[in-house]
Amino acid sequence: MSLDKATVAKVANLARIRVEENHLDTLANELNAILGWVEQLSEVDTENVAPMTSVAEMQLRWRADEITDGGYQQEIVANAPSDEDGFFAVPKVIE
Amino acid sequence: MGMIIQGVTGDWEVVIGLEVHAQVSSNAKLFSGSATEYGAEQNTQVSFVDAAMPGMLPVINTAAVEQAVKTGLGLKAKINNFSVFDRKNYFYADLPQGYQISQFLQPIVGEGILTIDLKDGVTREIGITRLHLEQDAGKSIHDQHPSMTLVDLNRSGVALMEIVSEPDMRSPEEAAAYVKKLRSILRYLGTCDGNMDEGSMRADVNVSVRRPGDDLGTRCEMKNLNSVRFIQQAIVYEANRQVDILEEGGKIDQETRLYDSVKGETRSMRSKEEAHDYRYFPDPDLLPLQFDDAFVAKIKADLPELPDEKKDRFMNTLGISAYDAGVLVAEKEVADFFEDVAKGRDAKLSVNWVTGEFFGNLKRTGKTIATSPVSADALGEVIDLIKDGTISNRIAKEVFEEMFDTGKSASNIVEEKGLKQVSDTGAIEAAIDDVIAANPDKLAEYRGGKDKLLGFFMGQVMKNTGGKANPGVVNKLLKPKLDG
Amino acid sequence: MTDLTKLTIAEARDGLKASKFSARELTAAHITAMDSARGLNAFITETPEKAVEAATKSDEKLANGEAGLMEGIPIAIKDLFCTKGTLTTAASHILDGFTPEYESTVSANLWTEGAVMLGKANLDEFAMGSSNETSYYGNVVNPWRRKKDDQPLVPGGSSGGSASAVSSNIAMGATGTDTGGSIRQPAAFTGIVGMKPTYGRCSRWGTVAFASSLDQAGPMTRTVRDTAIMLEAMAGFDAKDSTSVDMEVPNFEAALTGDIRGLKVGIPKEYRLDGMSEEIAALWEQGIEWLKSAGAEIVEISLPHTKYALPAYYIIAPAEASSNLARYDGVRYGLRVEGDSLDDMYSRTRAAGFGHEVQRRILIGTYALSAGYYDAYYLKAQKVRARIAEDFKEAYKTVDTILTPTAPSAAFAFGEKGDDPLEMYLNDVFTVPASLAGLPGISLPTGLSADGLPLGLQILGRPFDEETVIRTAGVLEEAANFTAKPDAWWRG
Ligand SMILES: [Mg+2]
Ligand SMILES: [Zn+2]
Repeated sequence: MSLDKATVAKVANLARIRVEENHLDTLANELNAILGWVEQLSEVDTENVAPMTSVAEMQLRWRADEITDGGYQQEIVANAPSDEDGFFAVPKVIE
Repeated sequence: MGMIIQGVTGDWEVVIGLEVHAQVSSNAKLFSGSATEYGAEQNTQVSFVDAAMPGMLPVINTAAVEQAVKTGLGLKAKINNFSVFDRKNYFYADLPQGYQISQFLQPIVGEGILTIDLKDGVTREIGITRLHLEQDAGKSIHDQHPSMTLVDLNRSGVALMEIVSEPDMRSPEEAAAYVKKLRSILRYLGTCDGNMDEGSMRADVNVSVRRPGDDLGTRCEMKNLNSVRFIQQAIVYEANRQVDILEEGGKIDQETRLYDSVKGETRSMRSKEEAHDYRYFPDPDLLPLQFDDAFVAKIKADLPELPDEKKDRFMNTLGISAYDAGVLVAEKEVADFFEDVAKGRDAKLSVNWVTGEFFGNLKRTGKTIATSPVSADALGEVIDLIKDGTISNRIAKEVFEEMFDTGKSASNIVEEKGLKQVSDTGAIEAAIDDVIAANPDKLAEYRGGKDKLLGFFMGQVMKNTGGKANPGVVNKLLKPKLDG
Repeated sequence: MTDLTKLTIAEARDGLKASKFSARELTAAHITAMDSARGLNAFITETPEKAVEAATKSDEKLANGEAGLMEGIPIAIKDLFCTKGTLTTAASHILDGFTPEYESTVSANLWTEGAVMLGKANLDEFAMGSSNETSYYGNVVNPWRRKKDDQPLVPGGSSGGSASAVSSNIAMGATGTDTGGSIRQPAAFTGIVGMKPTYGRCSRWGTVAFASSLDQAGPMTRTVRDTAIMLEAMAGFDAKDSTSVDMEVPNFEAALTGDIRGLKVGIPKEYRLDGMSEEIAALWEQGIEWLKSAGAEIVEISLPHTKYALPAYYIIAPAEASSNLARYDGVRYGLRVEGDSLDDMYSRTRAAGFGHEVQRRILIGTYALSAGYYDAYYLKAQKVRARIAEDFKEAYKTVDTILTPTAPSAAFAFGEKGDDPLEMYLNDVFTVPASLAGLPGISLPTGLSADGLPLGLQILGRPFDEETVIRTAGVLEEAANFTAKPDAWWRG
């Protein structure tokens, strides 16, 4: 599996990272070097091995259905680059 | 009955599947402790977790798990004791984490069944594919600022159940019946308030068409429809659009389409595959969701009677018709109201009064069961008064209207207005004699063979007694007198 | 008076209790040290006023006999922990100006135990790096230099600022986070002790996430005892973190009995890499000898999937990171670069806000999770990870702890590893396997390289058996008697 320029552009778009056209090749090479090295994982026999999803052997803890948080609008928007009347503001989205 | 679209080239069958997002009834959100109540001021029901501040982590709400299991049991579905939360990754202004925590490969609830009620008591089983828990997104407001979209995260992180059906529906009516029935079950269970206006229930509608008997065609999805009417309209428009394309030799593109309820049409939003690659993977902030059979058994033991069972009981033990039973059980409130009215009373009379006068008066006064000035007990009293002959059915209707307008009890009104029915044969006989004496010509005609005049005399007697005469007694006494 | 910055945490604690000096004096000495060490660039934000304020409170608590475990001890907080009212950057441009309205559980625990914050320590951007060369706020410099030249060296990463601050006596201890070796490797590079506890021991709540299934906070100090004290203060169950383990926190300091007789110490043969430098091999051999003479039984063990730990890690960590870092989108906090549309704003913001290494990892992670590649990369890596965890489980049936080198080399110079990311990734070859398995591990300095740079050994343990790890480390520390210090050139 090897990434071409177009795939890198697609991945960059999925990740919402703007990549200049003239940088795509370099990036493709870098990513391919890493992915090529990762290929060695295929040597490992993982037949009937369950993927590791959690490190600790424990059960998921459940919270009681109680209102214990929220109610601080100012703190929520305090760090916003742009806010209006307690809302976050972003460039207008046309649907 | 399925919907068949007759094209120039032949018949087309419509295939519909629904994905309903139902907001879990809970105090707090799925993974945070902030409130879920509708209508709060922007960003006030938001915690640092809901706003996806750096380092914030999810902790699951017990109520969400219980409600999902309860709903699964209500849908006669397989409950999965082991399920996994995944991240669905995409960017949007009202999705603060940049991913939605959802369940992909291993949902909490598997296959189930929902029985829909169609016209004339016909029912049909629709397959449920799965139910999974996931987070709701926030709200983007596009029309409040000239150059900006404003984002409110109050809904962000609210627990949703996504309930996915099999593509088992064949007409807009069936889809409507499905949504109504699902809403009814959710309300019975108390797991979702089913309030479509407030967005507590929204449907994504998948529509495709095919030649009857063929394999499934390519579908289009219309997202976030929030009324039963829109769902039906969207299906009709979309099915016809697809037929038109196919008839002209075209091909359907699998895509997400927006239903514009103002124009009554659907339009393309974006090609689903092209713009989206959700990159699902198990959320490493959470462990798998696990519970034992005892947990499920306890919820099952507390399960309320659901509409289908209630309907059966109404039919089998109360002798109510399938149609009436269907009407009564559709809304839990109505069924409960009816059961209160019917307790220890004549079931048939109770049905008639609830579905007839009571509904009629609610409609007339713009009230609901919750705001009705007449309680089940108050209606019960009316029925009791009819039953014991205190008032006639006709008087009862007048009394009932007044109860709605004044909130007074039936006995009060009857008392105040002196509406008590007269069953005393002496008084009634006297009234009959008066009427006969006043109408010698009519009497002659009657005796001459014009039987129909019996009704006239009946009416006159009732009128003379101010409607209070017991019609049964009048009937019994009148004929012998007329016949001489 | 003695130079207060040379004390260990244990010594300072005892001195404070005995009123030999005040917490304010102790803090003042460290603030002076911080002032004179700007050349190390160990801090992104210094908070001397807050430190003095906290020290004053500590003096009151000390006077009232209410001292916590870390009362009055000046420490550095890696700038990955959110601190209420203090700029928190993760060393990234994208968190420009972000001032949290909340306090991370780990730092809050430390404040409860009386610790004093000197400032927020520099790190690799989003903890992604092994040399502290990826910080938006510039490189952190290692206090150590080679005997032969004055070339500035990397402090290791990602907790490089923490390591540098502790090594240069600016802070008595520092918090670190370890995802694949980010505490242990910089500890080794700077001649200090650093411990990554078992995954789940310290809460992750309020710590900027890199890779959620791997991230774990831990202490960085100058002695094993100090690490034990600080870990006890940091650790603990937190209901706000679903992966936090509900377990008593032991008195870790009490684990330092000095007695490891009969302890079985595993030596994994797969860690003897081809081309391992002779001085690392010798260091390891020496460590084995020390433990043996202290009465431990040395057992050769096999961890057969060791070789695959790094490639698995470099899929899993970027995959999780690609999702964890999606929240940095210019909407709710941090940097925003305006654009023509929402998507344009996102991609400009993220291009300008993330540095090259972070972008590279996000792209790798995005690709590894994308449709058609998930099974081959992410799923495969998680399966390999399960096998690696199995290897350890198997090994711990016969041994109590495992001894390995911490890093394949001593600290290197800036730019020395060139542009090849793979070469840089190899730094974590000995630390990553235990990270993948979630196991506790400690690094402590046990010797010097031929160039006069510190080298570290690593001890790994069973899940939640930090006590045995600490006990073993204590014995090794005593045997090694590592007393070398960097020349304080930065004060010049
Ligand atoms: Mg859907
Ligand atoms: Zn959904």
